[in-house]
Amino acid sequence: MDSDSLRYSLDLVSGCGLTLSCEQRAALQTSLLILKRNYKFSRVLFWGKILGLRSDYFIAHGITEDEMRNRKTLYSFNCVDWHLLPPVTEAQLAEVSLLKEHFKGDPSYEYEHTETRGLDEGDEAVVEEITVSVKMTEETRLAATVFNIDREVSVVPRGAFIKTPSGRVQVNRCFEGLSESEARKLSSYLHFSEPQHLKKKTILETADLNPSIDFLDNLSEDTPKGSWSLQFERGSISVLRSLLWLGLTFFHVPMTPQHGYIYMGDGMKNHYLPFML
Amino acid sequence: MDPQVQELQEEARGAGEVTMELAAKSFKAFMLKRSSKSNLNLYDHLARLLTKVMDERPRDAVDIFEDMSQEVKRAELQDTQSTVRDATPISTAAALAEQQRALFSQRVGEDPAQEEDLVETPLPNVPELTFYLEQAGVGLGKEEMHRIFLALKQLVDTQPLQRCRFWGKILGTESNYFVAEGEFREGEDEEDEAAEEEERKAEHDMDAANRLHKLADKSLPVVPKEDKGTGANKCSYFVCREPGMPWVRLPSVTPAQIIAARQICKFFTGRLDAPIASSPPFPGNEANYLRAQIARISASTQVSPLGFYQFAEEEGEEDEEAARGTLEENPDFEGIPVSEMAESLSTWVHHVPHILEQGRCIWVNLAEKPEEDLEDEEEGEEEKEKEEEPDEPEPEVGPPLLTPVSEDAEINKTPPWTSKMSSTLVSQFAIAVLRSNLWPGAYSFAFKK
Repeated sequence: MDSDSLRYSLDLVSGCGLTLSCEQRAALQTSLLILKRNYKFSRVLFWGKILGLRSDYFIAHGITEDEMRNRKTLYSFNCVDWHLLPPVTEAQLAEVSLLKEHFKGDPSYEYEHTETRGLDEGDEAVVEEITVSVKMTEETRLAATVFNIDREVSVVPRGAFIKTPSGRVQVNRCFEGLSESEARKLSSYLHFSEPQHLKKKTILETADLNPSIDFLDNLSEDTPKGSWSLQFERGSISVLRSLLWLGLTFFHVPMTPQHGYIYMGDGMKNHYLPFML
Repeated sequence: MDPQVQELQEEARGAGEVTMELAAKSFKAFMLKRSSKSNLNLYDHLARLLTKVMDERPRDAVDIFEDMSQEVKRAELQDTQSTVRDATPISTAAALAEQQRALFSQRVGEDPAQEEDLVETPLPNVPELTFYLEQAGVGLGKEEMHRIFLALKQLVDTQPLQRCRFWGKILGTESNYFVAEGEFREGEDEEDEAAEEEERKAEHDMDAANRLHKLADKSLPVVPKEDKGTGANKCSYFVCREPGMPWVRLPSVTPAQIIAARQICKFFTGRLDAPIASSPPFPGNEANYLRAQIARISASTQVSPLGFYQFAEEEGEEDEEAARGTLEENPDFEGIPVSEMAESLSTWVHHVPHILEQGRCIWVNLAEKPEEDLEDEEEGEEEKEKEEEPDEPEPEVGPPLLTPVSEDAEINKTPPWTSKMSSTLVSQFAIAVLRSNLWPGAYSFAFKK
């Protein structure tokens, strides 16, 4: 959610129950501007809040030139002092899904988790056991969780971003918003991360797509079906909530270019999703 | 230079100019040619586009030039569409707004002067609640809370409630529920006799079906549900989809539903009559599941500061089961300093009775069954009786009322509660906030006046 539009956007997402107190909002307005100047970002986004047992983490994204690449992530406890999160490796991303405890609220806390998985080798009766042990600090876990959430459930309306022929992704200044009928369809929303399904599409399907707008994965192709809840709050604001990562809320006011997403939750993936639907 | 060459050069230049003019004219004619597909011509299009750039003067016009060109084309085409006017469909937003408008109109015959004479209105002070919850970082937005306030007023005007409270909001996949908790005044609970009869019949039918199911397992009697006004059914709950739409009362909860609700985990869809398909099967539809979850949440997370409530004095009560259920506000309560409330969990206590394993708040001894039932079973199970049924089932005991929150059990190494102050910068006006980790979304706050 853009730091400039934070004032009114928070009201639109507050249907999920969690907002920021007045003091936090005021602190964010000042500190995000300072952050923008210090790191020379072109845009600063307030990403959301991850609840921990002892204290909560406030997360912000800083964007330089390209909207999708080289995003920097920062966290803070009091919305005033921000610290940079380290970039994550693929191995860490895979390991973080094994940790199932709540966030503690202390970035130097070390998680240690060992899991023994039995592995059958074909017809052999002997079962080999593989012990997987994961050790990571809470800071790394935080960075990996934020990256995972962005990769799996970040949402933008179709047409809000365009890809220039040179490969750069930019904000589309001519985006006027989705129409009311378009906003009711899940296919008008796209994931804002490297596309995975796009390359597997046949030419027949890609014939109707506009390559400058449709360079991202569509939400209607998510499995399992029904992992998004699309509602029209108060009649006219389209709100999308993810059921895979509970707490991610995306809003869009149709016929205006206002849109944004925020995550307010405990940072744990909902593994029971297929059972709950 | 040779004057002749000069003349020739001038002639050539003149001719060149003429050819340039000719070339320009022919190019302009080319641009004015209408396209065979869209009936536009390039000349007019460029003229319009450049006029637009002149009027708007956007930054970095060259980068968005193509997009602007597309827009101009689109605008051009739209003017020439059909002359039939579209009937403007009533959008859902307008329909909802109509319903919500009723919230803002004052009822006919209401005299503002009269209202001040009313004793205690059961309406809660929602704006104050909004203010404090916002400090804790919890809220639904000021306008939404105000609409909820007006909707509660509507509820209080139509139903004879003694006490009313905004319980919260439950999110569903298709639409959400706003829940209000209310306690009826004594003797005024008007649940229709007919509705009760129907419920009893439905239960009976289900019992019969259950008995067919469990022929082999006859030692599973149905636990009777608690009466209205006691235990888990102490308060009635009303739900609505959006503030302004009519409030629907939820049915009372039965212990079987609570036990089943403990074992399943399902999303709400937003339709009260939706079936719940789960394993083990849930006895009831979404309205029952919602009510069971509300009962569980209320029993686990409704807390208050130590000393705010005290037990009402009951003299001569020998029956332990029925006593200790009534609380009243302590008039001598002085308030505990906020920093203490935020630091230690023993200053918060539960004020709603705990739900036992059986699914009720007051334990019922099932071994005292009516004799007719026992007769049939005894014949078939004489040999197994000693092994299956103990002599006298032990009474289930849960933590008594007003136990401090610090004695709640941990689950999965997670402490069940987190407490903090709302602000560290201005601590004299801060409030203490208690957040539940077992039921994410349950918040309590305390502020010393």
